[in-house]
Amino acid sequence: MSQITVNEAITQALAEEMRRDPRVLMFGEGVATKRQDLLAEFGGQRVRNTPLAEGIIAGTAAGAAATGLRPVVDLLFAPFLCFAMDEIVNSAGKLRYISGGQFAFPMVVIAMTGSGWTVGAQHNHNLEAWFVHSPGLKVVMPSNAADFKGLLKSAIRDDNPVLFFVDMALGHVPGEVQDDEQLVPLGRAAIAREGKDVTIISYAKMVNTCLEAAEQLAEQGISAEVIDLRSLKPLDEEAILRSARKTGRVLIVHEASRMCGVGAEVSAIITEHAFDALKAPIIRLTGPDAPAPSSYMLEQAFMPQPDAVVVSVAKLMGPIALRGHAREAVNA
Amino acid sequence: MSQIIQDSRAVSMLECMMLIRAYEEKITALQAAAGGAGTCTSVGQEASAVGVVRALSTDDRILTNHRSAGHLLARGADPGRLFAEVMGRSTGYCKGKSGSLHISAKELGVLLTSTIVGGELSLATGVALSMSMLKQPGIVACFFGDGAACEGIFHESLNLASVWKLPILYVCENNQWQAYVHRKETMIGDHVSAWAKNYGMESRTVDGNDVEAVHAATREAIARIHETGKPYLLETYTYRLRGHFEPDDQAYVAADELAQWRERDPIAQMQQKLIARGEISPSDIAQMEARVAKTIAQAAEFALNSPFPAASELTTDVYA
Repeated sequence: MSQITVNEAITQALAEEMRRDPRVLMFGEGVATKRQDLLAEFGGQRVRNTPLAEGIIAGTAAGAAATGLRPVVDLLFAPFLCFAMDEIVNSAGKLRYISGGQFAFPMVVIAMTGSGWTVGAQHNHNLEAWFVHSPGLKVVMPSNAADFKGLLKSAIRDDNPVLFFVDMALGHVPGEVQDDEQLVPLGRAAIAREGKDVTIISYAKMVNTCLEAAEQLAEQGISAEVIDLRSLKPLDEEAILRSARKTGRVLIVHEASRMCGVGAEVSAIITEHAFDALKAPIIRLTGPDAPAPSSYMLEQAFMPQPDAVVVSVAKLMGPIALRGHAREAVNA
Repeated sequence: MSQIIQDSRAVSMLECMMLIRAYEEKITALQAAAGGAGTCTSVGQEASAVGVVRALSTDDRILTNHRSAGHLLARGADPGRLFAEVMGRSTGYCKGKSGSLHISAKELGVLLTSTIVGGELSLATGVALSMSMLKQPGIVACFFGDGAACEGIFHESLNLASVWKLPILYVCENNQWQAYVHRKETMIGDHVSAWAKNYGMESRTVDGNDVEAVHAATREAIARIHETGKPYLLETYTYRLRGHFEPDDQAYVAADELAQWRERDPIAQMQQKLIARGEISPSDIAQMEARVAKTIAQAAEFALNSPFPAASELTTDVYA
């Protein structure tokens, strides 16, 4: 067991997979400059810098994936995916189906997302739902170093195009990672904390926010179960429903804006399949329908905070005795 | 299973062009009679398709676009399976899931058709990268039009292919039309080939209505790609004789321009040329016409008798 950061976990996953499979290669804007270790070990053929042109990067990945390579591309910041939508959505996502199954697209697209670095809206946009909504793609958004490593390795081995979102604020967060190979399968959620009174469903760095809130709730005598979705497509419906049925109260937390977000889907799944188990209406706590601001204070307000999670849980629990500032917040 | 044809003889290339024309005329007639999915035909561009594709080896790969029937048939595709694909039958090359717009046939080396104009230009670099890194012989021939050449992805593709020295033959079929817009409204200059120079790429424009000229230019271009290890841009200057998307009355087309290009019909020109050279007689042409008509009639029959895909196919082949 080692303590490594999320960024180190990503590098380890890349190196291990490139070592294991000579068909894996990586390219993107500054990839060879920023990942000197990979360049030194695997050479300039397999670790390549590209022009600042996301369309051709993603298209090249799709063409290469369909014909025998397993590319990983780094498109830097999630909003830049707008330039690569045609290649990712229309080509990689659709050409398997359109061709009657003649081709597969084993490729991974890495992009940074999320608030916390005050980079503003053109570098910070949580647009995972766009890709969840597109057939043929898979979408992964981990919350901790072990999952980053295990899910990236699985994504590279998957025969489908996988969007791998790296929440920017998590990059330097350390975590325990097993020294031996630990693959984390796509499509399986994790119980980040067991509880019995309320279920909090989240993903990416908001999982940590929810865990912090769960600590506060525990002090109030409320036992919160925190589910980390990890993979948004395929989505672990069973884990969602199991926990919803167990507690009967569900809060969904994500930083992306509410309308047509992943939370809407999770809420609908529970309503369709576990309505009878619900003791209160499902609540969503999300970012606003606004571009992400750069100002540090506004950016903090953009992200759901632990206090807001506590308040939302209190609403779900009904008129219960909360102590201190949590109660004031509910009454406010 | 159809075979990949690489017969470079002038007579054989002529018959292939006639087959493509007959195929396109039949599919538009079937649509006019029975409705069904529209097509983008390549009528008028047969010399470009046959001249290029017949110069490729079985190792080479082809990426094409929505106007692909000529490229596929020149590569030896079975017209019955093409009809079936356009008509949404399960016996089509893509099990009826493509329609006319994005037919690919991996078994023939015809990969990754894109109907988003310019999409194939972004995929071509990846296919060539695979061939180069996996040390496979052959090159990638990527067909696109003057419309795609006016997109950013054209420039991104040429730039990266040059920087990474990828074995790509870019074939710009400059057919003067960008969907419903004439090239002169949207493009500076007459020729796309000139743009290659800024990417350190050799290029050439050839008369796209002369199949022998196209064929010779393609062979030279491929030889240069093998010699230099660099991509090459070949522009076949031609004309789209039918509309953008069938049915299309071409009311927006200048009558005199259309008439001028009809005078230069690549098939009629080639027939006259070969008769003048004494290589064929009018009765040979009549025999070829009969053969082609029979092939197309049988192919259409095959497609019409083929079943539609089962509804359960709706969600297959989405994920690998």
